[in-house]
Amino acid sequence: MKPPPFEYYAPTTVEEALVHLAEHGYDAKPLAGGQSLIPMMNFRLAQPAVIVDLNNIEGLSFIRPEDDGSLAVGAMTRHQMVEKSELIVEKAPLVHETMPQIATSQIRSRGTFGGSLAHADPSAELVCVSVALDGEFKIANQSGERWVPAKDFFLGLFTSVLEPEELLVEIKLPPFPERTGWSLKEIARRPHDFCLIGVAAVLTLDENNKCQGAKLVYLSAGDGPVEATQAAELLKGQDMTDEAIRAAAEKASAEEIDPSSDIHATAEFRRHLANVLTRRALKEALDRAKGN
Amino acid sequence: MAYHKITLTVNGEAEQVDVSSNMTLLRMLREKMGKTGTKNGCAAGECGACTVMVDGEPVNSCMMLAIECDGKEIVTVEGLADNGHLAPIQEAIIDSGGVQCGFCTPGILIASQALLDRNPNPSQAEIQEALVGNLCRCTGYVRIIEAVQAAAKMV
Ligand SMILES: Cc1cc2nc3c(=O)[nH]c(=O)nc-3n(C[C@H](O)[C@H](O)[C@H](O)COP(=O)(O)OP(=O)(O)OC[C@H]3O[C@@H](n4cnc5c(N)ncnc54)[C@H](O)[C@@H]3O)c2cc1C
Repeated sequence: MKPPPFEYYAPTTVEEALVHLAEHGYDAKPLAGGQSLIPMMNFRLAQPAVIVDLNNIEGLSFIRPEDDGSLAVGAMTRHQMVEKSELIVEKAPLVHETMPQIATSQIRSRGTFGGSLAHADPSAELVCVSVALDGEFKIANQSGERWVPAKDFFLGLFTSVLEPEELLVEIKLPPFPERTGWSLKEIARRPHDFCLIGVAAVLTLDENNKCQGAKLVYLSAGDGPVEATQAAELLKGQDMTDEAIRAAAEKASAEEIDPSSDIHATAEFRRHLANVLTRRALKEALDRAKGN
Repeated sequence: MAYHKITLTVNGEAEQVDVSSNMTLLRMLREKMGKTGTKNGCAAGECGACTVMVDGEPVNSCMMLAIECDGKEIVTVEGLADNGHLAPIQEAIIDSGGVQCGFCTPGILIASQALLDRNPNPSQAEIQEALVGNLCRCTGYVRIIEAVQAAAKMV
């Protein structure tokens, strides 16, 4: 139970890191918090020949308000820093509520915002939440930068649009419109474990308290974050009655998600949980939208 | 394989160590420094037996490379006592019967100390939250939680 040998680079700038990544291609892996990569190396599920350590790069760890009202988060910002940030409380309350659900305090000391997204685990809260929030990801490579919307970033199980010679450097979270509420609900066998199923809901009301727009994004419900667009469509323009909420929860949990069965729960049980959690999440989001 | 020289502080002492790139902090402590108080449990962040403090934060030393610790300050269970006098959390865990087989104890002590350092008066919920990453298969946790509460009163 120890990592195989590898060559180690500790660049101090993004440019320098990109040079190493370009040179070594698929043989290299960037190291962020290491909270997913190092256990995989301990068990030899990953055997990179080259590690490019991002921990010495200045300027990748920040939480910064932007002029357009959005919030920029540096890829190397640790979970623990996000958890404690007042700016996150104020500008990204859904993220604030999410952080304590992620793993344990030991893991949050090291794990990073960008590492969690780059890892593209469909059970990771931030993967789901970044889609629910319409996040934008800034990706750097040697020829420059590109921005990718969260919903296009995740391609499947542990797979994203990131090429081996690219780095995720920044995540932009746009501000909520007025009268918007949010909620994250999940069920895990023990608190802080990866969950059996979970859902992030974001709901915006119009001046008549009808649904102007809704987003339901599920975690542990398929090969990537699963957005229930048909359920959201059912809610659009509707009064948020118990009936409407029930119909949306039914649609999403029965038709739109694709959970699997494993030793911990059957797919059917996960669908049942998704149904219940969706109703709870929409009700909480509704109360908050009215309060905003 | 390449070796790298790193400089760090372990339990207040400045150290220079040659480490291979693939050596974890846990292995460096146990095999290079003889600090075997820190235990190797699961190697996957599930059990917390290898918890040490890195710059004051609790960290699973099985999931951090030694080479990442260049310039950092590490505290292991061996560093909690002051000149042979046990720290309050150590006294308290003995008094309350929070130790049975002892394998999880070093990690629990460090996670508890890290909590008390940032929050001298934690609630029961805060203690449970801080220790959620530390598995104990003997005690049932109740006496461990009582020990942290008792230690909070001692300081
Ligand atoms: C026991 C345990 C429980 C956990 N529970 C949860 C949980 O409940 N919820 C949850 O969301 N997470 C959980 N995690 C995962 C944790 O949040 C990790 O920290 C996170 O998934 C990875 O972040 P990291 O910074 O540690 O990345 P690393 O482990 O360093 O990297 C992960 C992958 O992403 C790549 N990478 C990292 N950063 C970049 C970048 N900037 N650009 C390009 N590629 C990059 C790496 O090459 C690697 O392939 C758990 C982990 C453990 C060990």
